[in-house]
Amino acid sequence: MKTNRRHFLKVAGVTAMGLAAGAGTAAASYLPHYDHVAPNHDHLTAGRWGMVIDTRKFHHKEDFLPLVEACHKYHNVPTIPGNQEIKWLWTDSFHHSFPNKHNEFLEEKMHHQDFLLLCNHCKNPPCVRVCPTQATYKRADGIVIMDMHRCIGCRFCMAGCPYGSRSFNFQDPRPFIAEQNTDYPTRTKGVVEKCNFCAERLAEGKLPACVEASEGKLIFGDLNNPESEIRHILAENYTIRRKPDLGTEPSVFYII
Amino acid sequence: MLEYALKGDKKYWMWVGFLGLLICIGAYSYLQQFQQGLVLTNLSRDVSWGFYIAQLTYLVGVAASGVMLVLPYYLHDYKKFGNLVVFGEFMAIGAIVMCLLFVIVDLGQPLRLMNLIMNPTPNSVLFWDAMVLNGYMGLNIVVGWASLEAQKKGVPYAKWVKVLAILSVPFAFSIHTVTAFLYAGIPGRHFWLTAILAARFLASAFCAGPAIMLLALFAMEKTTKFELGKDAVQMLARIIAYAMVFNVFFFFLELFTAFYSNIPGHMHSIVYLFSGLDGYNAMVPYFWAAAFMALLSLALLIPSTTRKCKPVLIFALIILIAATWIDKGMGLVVAGFIPNMFEGVTEYMPSSTELLISMGIYAIGALIVTVLWKIAVSVKKEAAA
Amino acid sequence: MFDGGKIIAGIIVFVGLMTFPFWYNVGQAAYKTPELQLPPKDVATQCVESAEWMRAEHMQLLDNWRDWVVRDGNRVYTSKQSGAHFEMSLQKSCMKCHTSKEQFCDKCHTAAAVAPYCWDCHIAPKEEK
Repeated sequence: MKTNRRHFLKVAGVTAMGLAAGAGTAAASYLPHYDHVAPNHDHLTAGRWGMVIDTRKFHHKEDFLPLVEACHKYHNVPTIPGNQEIKWLWTDSFHHSFPNKHNEFLEEKMHHQDFLLLCNHCKNPPCVRVCPTQATYKRADGIVIMDMHRCIGCRFCMAGCPYGSRSFNFQDPRPFIAEQNTDYPTRTKGVVEKCNFCAERLAEGKLPACVEASEGKLIFGDLNNPESEIRHILAENYTIRRKPDLGTEPSVFYII
Repeated sequence: MLEYALKGDKKYWMWVGFLGLLICIGAYSYLQQFQQGLVLTNLSRDVSWGFYIAQLTYLVGVAASGVMLVLPYYLHDYKKFGNLVVFGEFMAIGAIVMCLLFVIVDLGQPLRLMNLIMNPTPNSVLFWDAMVLNGYMGLNIVVGWASLEAQKKGVPYAKWVKVLAILSVPFAFSIHTVTAFLYAGIPGRHFWLTAILAARFLASAFCAGPAIMLLALFAMEKTTKFELGKDAVQMLARIIAYAMVFNVFFFFLELFTAFYSNIPGHMHSIVYLFSGLDGYNAMVPYFWAAAFMALLSLALLIPSTTRKCKPVLIFALIILIAATWIDKGMGLVVAGFIPNMFEGVTEYMPSSTELLISMGIYAIGALIVTVLWKIAVSVKKEAAA
Repeated sequence: MFDGGKIIAGIIVFVGLMTFPFWYNVGQAAYKTPELQLPPKDVATQCVESAEWMRAEHMQLLDNWRDWVVRDGNRVYTSKQSGAHFEMSLQKSCMKCHTSKEQFCDKCHTAAAVAPYCWDCHIAPKEEK
């Protein structure tokens, strides 16, 4: 009796394995074929994208306008008045931009100068850490980017970002967009948005819109490559970053 | 047992109808917010969470407080809570439903809510908050219902009920700890970035939650002639007093760290709450009132002579609830965003839409608690008869 | 004694409510598959995949495309049918041939009573009247 059962189990096991193998190959032929997708052949790549802002080359408020306009026009960023506004690229004073760099006796010109602000594309982004749906995530090239299809609008990332780089669509933004760029989507109400380092332009082999419009005042490049232009500029100039004490490791540097 | 909820006197139905009306008003307001977006709130780019999330935070505490009955009864076999423990569990259910609703009305894209489940993200505290809240709610439904059913049948509750009840104890602590972690792990928000936040949350939960419960129990005692038991009430009042002592003490710890260290970031939010910042002072009267009421409630709750006098106890509980609500249901979230990330101040007060929707959600919670308590009282009266 | 009347009345109301869609649609025209309209021949003769495949699978294709583009950074799609390359973009590829959202999207979606939220963000081409 005992041997019989063992024998039965053996046979049954072998049979089941054979059946499974047969079914496997049969099922494989029904599976969809592998989809072949690839990046554009002329897309720009980096180990970690970064930006240097040469604040010495910005003198007046008007100097920033072409950059902000280029960005906001390209990405269909609405102009909403009041404190429910949307900002990707904007400017603010020294004290507001670098609040932990208070200096009792600050160089006079710093009191009047504005600084360009945008998402820092941190190496350790808190916004990515807190996002409950992975709508905000960090790409392999260091860009902190949002999947607008997935954002549920919980605004945890806005609480998490120490740089105030994120904006929430409190309402449908479309009535506030003067001229739509049909090559780029708008956003819908109820999602958060921010600067994406022009990931869509890098994919086409172009530099970010603000960098292109800055005529050399902004330097964009690969922070991981010691031979890159941006690394040489960082090596030769004294730069600061916003709130470095928080350990987020911003990828945006300011030459003072 | 649900049929007990359908048999009530005129007063019961008037109360249910009144809550229904409030729910309808809230639902109508939410419909408008759903269509037009959060533009109808007074939230802003700087203060991106407000009244809704603050109510979530407060009500998580109310939900967690059920454990102040469950723990003595199931773990320490404190029999005098036997008659009350199911009310604590049922109130927790109402509170958690409110919590979940407050999360949903706060979402910009509520229809995408399930993205939370479809893309589970263990590094996000919000994910864990959703998990523990739902887990705690499930435990309370099962334990409360099963123990009540046992009472109806006149048999002791099953062993597994006790196991689940004891399991609900760490869950109760975890829901409020995890809710504190929503705030306490964020770099750059100094007011929240404090290791003692979870402890503060628990302390305020274990005084405010049982205080609300005790007031509701008094109301029920009056309307249904159901005896709470003097010893049980006094025990609960003592628990409230101790928890409030801890709550106030923990707040003083915050004050010391901020002001003795003299680090601006740590002081700013507290300064904003108590004396205003850059000329913005919307919260100041509320916070002085809260501080005064907190201390007064302690003065009334700690001495046993005043605590044992029912009218004084009721008054002390009301001001305790008001004080903790101002602290946690208004100040904590808003002050975390003030000053903003550029050391500016954007103030916030809820809009009428926010208040009406919140009222509707509170009415839903009250309705759930009413119905569940009605069932519990009916069963207990029948079992006693 | 067992409230038989109430139970039967309740059952009748329940059945009536559950079958309401059928009652509501009695006498109305039957569902007809909307007529397929292709882009003009001078604009395009071939989609990324065959028309039949697209009709059945376009929602899955678009769902995949958005993940591949947004999350993986892959923007070029190789057609399974022809091996040709296409940029995976609703606005920059699909709608360059299918120039009318009314004709190519809404007609079927309305008939099938589905409301995808693509156009809440993506910008539809201007309709030529």
